[in-house]
Amino acid sequence: MAADKDIIIRLEHISKSFGDKKVLDDISLYVKRGEFITFLGPSGCGKTTTLRLIAGFGKPDSGTIIMDGKEISEVPPYQRNLNTVFQRYALFPHLDVYDNVAFGLKLKKVPEDQIEKRVKKVLKLVSMSDYEDRDVESLSGGQQQRVAIARALINQPKILLLDEPLAALDLKMRKDMQIELKEMHKKLGITFIYVTHDQEEALTLSDTIVVMNEGKIQQIGTPTDIYNEPVNCFVADFIGESNILKGRMLHDYRVAFIKHEFDCVDAGFGEDVKVDVVVRPEDIYFTTDPAKCQFKAKVNSCIFKGVHYEMWVDTDTGYELMIQDYDPYPVGSEVMLYIDPDDIQVMKKEREANTYKAKVKGEGKVEFLDTEFACDTTGFSEGEEAVATIRFEQVELLDYEKEADLTGNVVFILYMGNHYHLTIKTECGENIWVDTNDIWDKGDFVGIKIAPQSIELSKPVKANE
Amino acid sequence: MDGKKIMAKAYLWLLLVVLYAPIAFIVVFSFTEAKSLGNWTGFSTQLYKNLFTGSMQNSSGLLAAVNNTLIIALVASIFATVLGTIAAIGIFHLRGRKKQTMTFLNNIPMINPDIITGVSLFLLFVFLGISQGYVTVILAHITFCTPYVVLNVMPKLRQLNPNIYEAALDLGATPAQALRKVLVPALRPGMISGFILSFTMSLDDFAVTFFTRGTIGLDTLSTYIYADARKGGLTPELKPLMSIIFLVILVVLLVINVRQSKTSDNQR
Amino acid sequence: MNKRSSWALPYFIFLVLFVVLPLLLIVMYALQDGSGRFTLDNVAKFFTDKDSLSTFALSIEVAIENTLLCILIGYPAAFILADNKLNRSAVTVVLFILPMWINALMRTLATAELFNMAGIPLGKGTLLFGMCYDYLPFMIYPIYNQLKKMDKSFAEAAQDLGATPRQVFRKVTLPLSMPGVWSGVMMVFMPTVSTFAISEFLTNNKIKLFGTIIQENINNSMWNYGAALSLIMLIIIGLTTALQGGEQTEEVSGGLI
Repeated sequence: MAADKDIIIRLEHISKSFGDKKVLDDISLYVKRGEFITFLGPSGCGKTTTLRLIAGFGKPDSGTIIMDGKEISEVPPYQRNLNTVFQRYALFPHLDVYDNVAFGLKLKKVPEDQIEKRVKKVLKLVSMSDYEDRDVESLSGGQQQRVAIARALINQPKILLLDEPLAALDLKMRKDMQIELKEMHKKLGITFIYVTHDQEEALTLSDTIVVMNEGKIQQIGTPTDIYNEPVNCFVADFIGESNILKGRMLHDYRVAFIKHEFDCVDAGFGEDVKVDVVVRPEDIYFTTDPAKCQFKAKVNSCIFKGVHYEMWVDTDTGYELMIQDYDPYPVGSEVMLYIDPDDIQVMKKEREANTYKAKVKGEGKVEFLDTEFACDTTGFSEGEEAVATIRFEQVELLDYEKEADLTGNVVFILYMGNHYHLTIKTECGENIWVDTNDIWDKGDFVGIKIAPQSIELSKPVKANE
Repeated sequence: MDGKKIMAKAYLWLLLVVLYAPIAFIVVFSFTEAKSLGNWTGFSTQLYKNLFTGSMQNSSGLLAAVNNTLIIALVASIFATVLGTIAAIGIFHLRGRKKQTMTFLNNIPMINPDIITGVSLFLLFVFLGISQGYVTVILAHITFCTPYVVLNVMPKLRQLNPNIYEAALDLGATPAQALRKVLVPALRPGMISGFILSFTMSLDDFAVTFFTRGTIGLDTLSTYIYADARKGGLTPELKPLMSIIFLVILVVLLVINVRQSKTSDNQR
Repeated sequence: MNKRSSWALPYFIFLVLFVVLPLLLIVMYALQDGSGRFTLDNVAKFFTDKDSLSTFALSIEVAIENTLLCILIGYPAAFILADNKLNRSAVTVVLFILPMWINALMRTLATAELFNMAGIPLGKGTLLFGMCYDYLPFMIYPIYNQLKKMDKSFAEAAQDLGATPRQVFRKVTLPLSMPGVWSGVMMVFMPTVSTFAISEFLTNNKIKLFGTIIQENINNSMWNYGAALSLIMLIIIGLTTALQGGEQTEEVSGGLI
């Protein structure tokens, strides 16, 4: 925990909804003075909303924003000592480059000669020195980007906010700008708060990364932390390539997955506990030494990716793994593989099954997910509250509505080596998780059917029991 | 294919001849001194001279009417442009039912025939006890002009980068400063075309002015012509006046449209 | 962001005061007698007075005929103007739009005078001709705009699927141009019904249209009856707008410059 004087921004329990869509759900984080912090996540995760709240565009529904020890939730954007670089630059079309950059200073009535000096200085910093008189609409995307950065920096803000500034540039330009931004950050020494959906970009630029999804913070850490030790499946899947597999923690430092046992470096999960395991494709090694071999597999495909080869293998126990290696192995060949204990990341399972608060509607009828289901209700009386548990593999998915109990859309697909673990947002707004071997696409409309024997009812646990 | 083209061209030109016959008629007969339209008493530019020196029999009437028309059009258009631009920005940021309501209300003056607008405003001024004259006419013109400004500014709003207002705030501008220094300049083309459209609609209006001008003898060009024609004679100087207006509008429209098609050619 | 939507408030108040209230006043006056008491007499008068009814019927008839005439003459013109092969001149288009900008009264007077000179007696025939002449540009322009905006690939797709040029027109171009035709109808039909000065000039006051009797009543301080007649017109406007959905106004006016 950083000392208070080192913290420049603190967000405490921020929530925000737009209409009935909850965009931020109890977000708390802090930003250290002078660091380069990135909010990372897929579109719609709330990262841009968080940035805008810090900038002053919109007020949180609940929670506080503190800058330098003072609460700024009520302070309008033109009085906050920070500046934003917008995603599509937002350069003023009726002003040339010089006037765009000088805009903030002119508002503060800085004397003209000082303005000129500072404009020239900041344009030099972004390598746009000779462009003062240019019409902004004649500039390329990358050039507009630099002018937007200059326009923000000239006001000497304590914090620079950047909302996916490189999203509209092509790949090469983006990579070059990333390096420039990093150098700018080092040179200026001010705090940068950056928003992006590109995990590579986040890993390259940041001192700290905040991974967000569906309005909640998934993990906060340094790039190496997030990459090497993701705390859940979402982060593991979002950052880099991963093999995510169901596993069982046998005891400290020993985990089982893909039906083999491995030594690992994680502890504290307990004994014989269901866990999720992440192994990066570059961390699975080939060997010709039978003593080192931990498991065998057959190579299914081998694709040249430039820096490395990407291969998919079928293990001797029926799991599919992705491996990246500098050397190719021919398709169809039998190979011997091993994984170092360091490279196995064990994560706590977020949930072991689908559980919902349910209400018994009568004999053999129970309601949850806004839908009535048939199930065994012995031991329960009508109107009684219960907890319904359905195992992931027992949810049936149909691609039509007719026989379904309810409908939903696929929002997240996780491949787990020998099956898919889907997150489906049902029509009532709640999620249901399903294990299936069928291939679905993100966004697909599905019908959901749960057989009566798949629903397990149990008494709700009272809070003080 | 060629035969088709010839037929098509012929059709168009025939129509144009018919469309412009009355206008040509006016122009031709503006060069003769005869009082009634259709009489030719020999070529003369006397009427043009009268117009410019203001020495005609009903001089004060016609010139005053022209004056009023221009002043009313100018004042009403300026107000309409300001009101309409701010309204367009507001409506642009509304959602749902509020947006639908505002859009519907904004459309009403455009859908209503001018006689309804005129009669309804007449009743309004009577009901409120406001004596009718310059002010009521200008208010009436603002009423039917503003929707056209809104209509012209909205597309420009849609084209704008959605963040430039916020960028201005972010750089330290208060909302009023952001409006003045950033939004208005960016919306200027829409505001200008809205202003021109307002000006034109106001210049051309007859029915609304007719009902809202009261009995103090306020005339615009349209009401002057109406009264004139009903009296039986036609102020002869109207002929050169109309001819000049026709020429001016022809030139302006030609310039605008040819320039527009040139820029779209360049963009191709 | 939310704050900017409140900028619509001043205009909202303005509209309520100068658009909604006046219209409500029409309803109010229509349903009152001279001393302010509620009565349906004025509205009833319209339905029972032979003159009013016949004028109304005549106005509707003239409006329909005028609209049809404008479509008949105007659509081909718009089509030719919009067709790149038949017309490449922007100037020609301008020439068709130009009359809209010349004072309608003046044009009508000139037209009437031309009829006089040619010895054609003023009556229904000249009325119709004059109306069509006045409103033709308002029919041509929206149709022209719609045709010009139309994506050429629709016609090309139809041809690709085997349609002859005639079929392409009937099955693709014509239906897709209907919004433009509707705009034109909106700009011609109701104004024709409500016009008053133009009909006076073109028929030497012999034929009266609906707009004229409204004007006469208002001028003679018969406000209640005048309002009642206006109310009838409002109902018709409401009906025709509801029929058409009301979305077209942007096309029409936004494109005039």
